[in-house]
Amino acid sequence: MAMLKVEELSVKVREREILREVSFEVGEGEIVALLGPNGSGKSTLLHAIMGRPGYEVSGRIIFNGIDITGMSASERAKLGIGFMMQMPPALKGVRLRDLIKRLSKIYGTDQDTLRRISEELRIERLLDRELHRGFSGGEMKKVELLLLAAQNPKLALLDEPDSGVDLESLPIIGKVINEIVGASDSRAREKRSAIIVTHMGKILKHVRNANRAYIILNGEVKCFGNPADLIEDIEKYGFSECLRCVRVV
Amino acid sequence: MLKKAAEEALNKPSPYGIDLRIEDFLKPRASPSMGLEALSSIGIDPERASYIQVDNRPVEVRPSIPGVKVLTLSQALEEGLVQDYFWNAVKVDTDKYTAAAELFGGHEGYVFIAERGRKVEQPVLSCLLLSTPGSLQAPHNIVIVEEGAELHVITGCLTSAEAPGLHAGISEFYVKEGGRLTFTMIHQWAPTSHVRPRTGVIVERGGEYVSHYINMSPIASLQTDPKVYLVGEGAKAYLSSVIVAPRESKMDVGGSVFLRAENTSAEIVSKVITKDRADVITRSLISAEGRGARGHIECDGLLLSDSSRILTLPALDAKIDDVQLSHEAAVGRLSEEQLYYLMTKGFSEEEAKSILVRGFMEVKIEGLPRPVEAQLKMALELAARGL
Repeated sequence: MAMLKVEELSVKVREREILREVSFEVGEGEIVALLGPNGSGKSTLLHAIMGRPGYEVSGRIIFNGIDITGMSASERAKLGIGFMMQMPPALKGVRLRDLIKRLSKIYGTDQDTLRRISEELRIERLLDRELHRGFSGGEMKKVELLLLAAQNPKLALLDEPDSGVDLESLPIIGKVINEIVGASDSRAREKRSAIIVTHMGKILKHVRNANRAYIILNGEVKCFGNPADLIEDIEKYGFSECLRCVRVV
Repeated sequence: MLKKAAEEALNKPSPYGIDLRIEDFLKPRASPSMGLEALSSIGIDPERASYIQVDNRPVEVRPSIPGVKVLTLSQALEEGLVQDYFWNAVKVDTDKYTAAAELFGGHEGYVFIAERGRKVEQPVLSCLLLSTPGSLQAPHNIVIVEEGAELHVITGCLTSAEAPGLHAGISEFYVKEGGRLTFTMIHQWAPTSHVRPRTGVIVERGGEYVSHYINMSPIASLQTDPKVYLVGEGAKAYLSSVIVAPRESKMDVGGSVFLRAENTSAEIVSKVITKDRADVITRSLISAEGRGARGHIECDGLLLSDSSRILTLPALDAKIDDVQLSHEAAVGRLSEEQLYYLMTKGFSEEEAKSILVRGFMEVKIEGLPRPVEAQLKMALELAARGL
């Protein structure tokens, strides 16, 4: 059974149509990449799956057999969808450590695992800082990953985990994504999935099980295929070539 | 001479705040209505207070903390300890409230003197209760921190809820060379109280003045604008206020720092939450005329109701070019983006709001006694709830 099924999803934001009849699936244990140029609607798609208020949505979003289309973001999160925003807001007076504590209480996350992940990400020094205030781009990504780990989601939505990140940090981020999705543990009973939005696909080299990618252009899913092949084509011919692609969905 | 100046100023309105008639508060209507046990609502154990005044009468004076002299104003005047400090940092003819304090306040209030070089760790607690409805309470307080001394004064003020009362407390603080004074005010006025404190602080070379003002209860009207004069090289000031204004509260809360000497610096931070139909003005002024002076103002306002109002007025006055002054101000409702962000983590809308409000109000006050801190935390929880 597919963990996530998106059926003919159209999204309007302030009267403007951003996504048009998008359909795709994410299987259990699968990592799906979404590729596409700036402004093509990739982030909007993740926000629509997460339940951003103010979106005018038609079509259906099914998560583990449950129609979540009308649910609030917090209900979806409680069902097991986790979201790593591209540009998370800074929160005055909200300490990272406190938020981690609250999340791990809600989701029953193992403290030792979180301690290890924060060491791996080398962000212990940020724990007592106010969330995202004055953080660099790379620090924001790492902190969001730690928060995501605390949430322990069944389906992780990752919006450009590789943008603004220095080259040395990419493998670390990839490793933590693998841990969150459980890709590094073959004995894991519960299969976890992820959708990774990536502009240039840099992160995909470090993430296991990323076997399928979709290309989104002008609010529509244009084609899908093996991520490495698609990225090679895009690097050679640009996204415009996709318009003539034979692997149309 | 003081009396004459006061009499002449008795009809002089304050430039800010609702104008009150002093004579309306000179006719106490009933016998005192509040006991000292009420202090526990702000986390203060009356047994541990160094000074307690009910209306205009000192009822407890406990000079039990080593390194600090604790007296009533009348004692201190009699012993000739404060002649140079009395009506010095605050002028008696500032307005009708200073005048009323001199003429009708009874020359009582607390006097704390931290001895030279003594770093007093235990905070000195003082409590002022306005108990008799319809009356004027006008304590005149003087704190002197001698050279190199350190002192933390915490005052809790309470009023009876039964009828309008006017509190016009005069506070004059003197921080000598290398001294440090922290002054924390935790107030719980009644919806019928009018409050007009008048505060002046003079800080000498290398000295530091830190003040925290906290008020989370409804009030009929509050207008205050403490003035801090940094007159010695390298002196510093930090003024923070945390205000939750519910119901029909009308508040005009200011803070002015005058950087008069070289390399002086100041920071003024105010955080205001309005609910219901509250109306709050925050004014801050940093005026700089000392070379190398630096100052920063930060004003944050959060409106939790559509019919409340926040007007924030940060002002910077540079009188020479070799100074650095800045301000940041942000007023509005809770950010939709921040709420959504927290909801994507699984918090309900209510929980997300309360996390944001608590974060907004976060202010670190070092050296608060545990019960006061607990009470403060509870007040914040209450403020964050029921949005």
